[in-house]
Amino acid sequence: MHDKTLSELAAALTAGEFTSRELAEHLLARIERLDGHLNSLITVTTEQALAAADAADACRARGQAGPLTGLPLAIKDLLCTDGVRTTAGSRMLGNFVAPYDATVVEKLKAAGTVSLGKTNLDEFAMGSSNENSAFGAVKNPWDAAAVPGGSSGGSAAAVAAGLVPAAMGTDTGGSIRQPAAFCGITGLKPTYGRVSRYGIIAYASSLDQAGPMARTAEDCALLLNAIAGHDPRDSTSVARGVPDYTEELDAPLTGLKIGLPREYFGDGLDPEVEAATREAIRVFEALGASVREVSLPHTHYAIPAYYVIAPAEASSNLSRYDGVRFGHRCEAPTDLIDLYKRSRAEGFGEEVKRRILIGTHTLSEGFFDAYYKKAQQVRRLIRQDFLDAFEEVDVLMGPASPTPAFDLGAKKDPVSMYLQDIYTIAVNLAGIPGISVPAGFVKGRPVGLQILGTHFAEPRLLNVAHQFQQATDWHRRRPAIAEETL
Amino acid sequence: MQWETVIGLEVHVQLATRSKIFSGASTAFGAEPNTQACAVDLGMPGVLPVLNEAAVAMAVQFGLAIHAEIPEVSVFDRKNYFYPDLPKGYQTSQMYHPIVGPGEVEITLDDGGTKRIRVHHAHLEEDAGKSLHEDFHGMTGIDLNRAGTPLLEIVSEPDMRSAKEAAAYLKAIHSIVTYLGISDGNMAEGSMRCDVNVSVRPAGQAEFGTRAEIKNVNSFRFVERAIAFEVERQIELLEDGGTVVQETRLYDPERDETRSMRTKEEANDYRYFPCPDLLPVVLDQAYVDHLRDRLPELPDEKRARFQDALGLSAYDAGVLSASREMAEYFEAVKEACGDAKQAANWVQGELSGALNREGLPIQDSPVSAAQLGGLIARVMDDTINGKAAKQVFQALWNGQGQSADEVIEAKGLKQVTDSGAIEAMIDQVIADSPAQVAQYRDAEPDKRGKMIGYFVGQVMKASRGTANPQQVNALLKEKLDALC
Repeated sequence: MHDKTLSELAAALTAGEFTSRELAEHLLARIERLDGHLNSLITVTTEQALAAADAADACRARGQAGPLTGLPLAIKDLLCTDGVRTTAGSRMLGNFVAPYDATVVEKLKAAGTVSLGKTNLDEFAMGSSNENSAFGAVKNPWDAAAVPGGSSGGSAAAVAAGLVPAAMGTDTGGSIRQPAAFCGITGLKPTYGRVSRYGIIAYASSLDQAGPMARTAEDCALLLNAIAGHDPRDSTSVARGVPDYTEELDAPLTGLKIGLPREYFGDGLDPEVEAATREAIRVFEALGASVREVSLPHTHYAIPAYYVIAPAEASSNLSRYDGVRFGHRCEAPTDLIDLYKRSRAEGFGEEVKRRILIGTHTLSEGFFDAYYKKAQQVRRLIRQDFLDAFEEVDVLMGPASPTPAFDLGAKKDPVSMYLQDIYTIAVNLAGIPGISVPAGFVKGRPVGLQILGTHFAEPRLLNVAHQFQQATDWHRRRPAIAEETL
Repeated sequence: MQWETVIGLEVHVQLATRSKIFSGASTAFGAEPNTQACAVDLGMPGVLPVLNEAAVAMAVQFGLAIHAEIPEVSVFDRKNYFYPDLPKGYQTSQMYHPIVGPGEVEITLDDGGTKRIRVHHAHLEEDAGKSLHEDFHGMTGIDLNRAGTPLLEIVSEPDMRSAKEAAAYLKAIHSIVTYLGISDGNMAEGSMRCDVNVSVRPAGQAEFGTRAEIKNVNSFRFVERAIAFEVERQIELLEDGGTVVQETRLYDPERDETRSMRTKEEANDYRYFPCPDLLPVVLDQAYVDHLRDRLPELPDEKRARFQDALGLSAYDAGVLSASREMAEYFEAVKEACGDAKQAANWVQGELSGALNREGLPIQDSPVSAAQLGGLIARVMDDTINGKAAKQVFQALWNGQGQSADEVIEAKGLKQVTDSGAIEAMIDQVIADSPAQVAQYRDAEPDKRGKMIGYFVGQVMKASRGTANPQQVNALLKEKLDALC
């Protein structure tokens, strides 16, 4: 049963092949047996999961089951969960038990899903390899020597390894799409404002967005149905109706206009990844789509602009971790300044400190105009690039990452790590949605195809991804660990 | 050398919203520490602010009241600094695009003249919590009940030239915000506080001197005293050949002095940037017009009306329009008695005297406006005389009776205007005072006027104060002179 997609599991539960409790117990046992090796989960919530599964079974017995009732999943440990430890992958919040549910969590609970636990991540979602976690690195289920990507590396690895059929991730510069690509699963970053950020521990507020990670685009659509929508508690969430994201999945792709951004196929792209990507695009041509080259001329400014804006916001967002009210507090502080300095020095990891420093610097008097203001101007240009491109084409396609998953410990230099996000980061700056779908393998490691659409084009993205998955079977491939039986 | 003082004020007004500016927690004063702080106020991981529309409406109303520009778009910024009672490590404020643009406030000077003080802008922000240094055995307690309370910070131009002008400006702001009902204006509870920027320059010099900022002054009196001290300090410094350094100072009311808190070099770099959690506030014209239509009559308008339509003196009009409560009380008295001047005299005389003695604000007056109006009406229709009126007032103050009529009836204070009755009392007094009558008779005619007072007093006493004093006077004079 751990091999099935959400929609298959829903059908099996409806058919009475097994109960939610049996399903949860089976997956909890797999986690128990396999996750010691993978390290994809920081906290396993066995008790709550079984209670939720029982409640789901009871609900089903009453004939009140919805499309997600009793379906298990895991939640990135950046989303606050009432009464459950929520760490953000940081020593700073190592013992922090959230007093409330994030809106996304609340909605998933209301939909009857069964959360099995909280997934590992780069500390405060800052990273592209999941190596920046205070709870240890996560291994890629396809190859234990490889990273799973980041920052939602735990979510991606747990789904790929068959520990959960789906997981929630968050994406600030590629943190859903890149690990989805590295682990051979499907991951959707919705339009900024589509999903509430309330209760998601903030990294960079103007870029953060939660989204589903699952085995198929169809499953992502099911989950998006549950989590999308305006939230009065998040002023940046958009008051716009939520369509049924499964409705357009089966629409044919005849006449679809695909744009290939020239800048996404240039220097630094692994030739084998490029080959896999182009092969995938030929599938769309076979499905009746037309392909043309387009340009996103400001692409090469995306990483510098991101690394001004995101750290600036982060430096402010992370100021609340001061050892005063919650989170890590140093032993025996001598005075207030000592309390601040040591609590923060001990609580934060290296990459988090680096970004706080960058952000503090770029917001400083005398530097603000040169960095922050300029970066915001660049951001507008990048957004305009996309809007211009979507005047010509329906979707953009390219690789989700310039390489397949790299080896653990391979990227020592922060800048080379930052460059990993070259194809994903501009999407967050523009606020548009993007999805990564499995599209082949390079030396046994998965390759992801990224599909981008204009603001609120999720129905189209899911339709395009789903049609690709009807025509290919990359998303059905499983790593050996997923085949392991207990 | 002649020195000129230059003063600018930053007034922080706590807005009277029911809930906080970015959360649903209550803003009521005086609750147990940390019982009115929700997850948002505590800056819990993952929480987000949602702007309270009531705070926006109040800020706009203030802007309209001071004839300010109301920009279409205003933006919240984060002011970043670490402090234990600042839960998020930043204060959400408005640095670059405030909600209220330039406006002006008119103040009344001692000589009765007026002066316009320009307001540079007013912006919305959240208050911090409070650090409590007592009772924690060497530790500091933090109360976050106040964290997130909406503040309107009103920043003046450096247009004031004396401590008195500064106090008058602060009073004018106080009166505007209380008239609008956007703040309770309670300075003792911190609902209004101000930072005072003070500098001095040689009279006639165009450029400003270096200023010191005195933080967190919380009463009209302290504002005057802090400025007086600071001006003297700066002048002394300059006359001794020193220089004023730009710094933040603290006023200590107990020692009546200002002390340095931090110099410019030690100042924080607040790293302001637009708050990404809040959208820009966009006000459409219809919304602003709607608020404009709902503006109450403001102090200036009221003062003008009191003078022009009611015929009060400039001074009376100023005093009676100084606060919304005072003006409402006065107008109710005027309605009840039908005479503005009498109402003004009583409110400022007998009533204000009694209130001051007991330290009561007018809204807590034991004598209601209707009661006072009823009393004045009885004086005006000669039912009682002035002396009896004071007794009736005292009785009403003490709660002895629902209305002036009831007290007059119960105490038998109705004025005696029957000449026969008065004459009888006069005859009795004259009969009982042969010595005084003799003195009167023997006195030079021009000294007799003074001596008549004794007889008036005796007659009034005999009537228990109810005799009409004018009648008593006239009849007495007639009868005594007849004896001479």
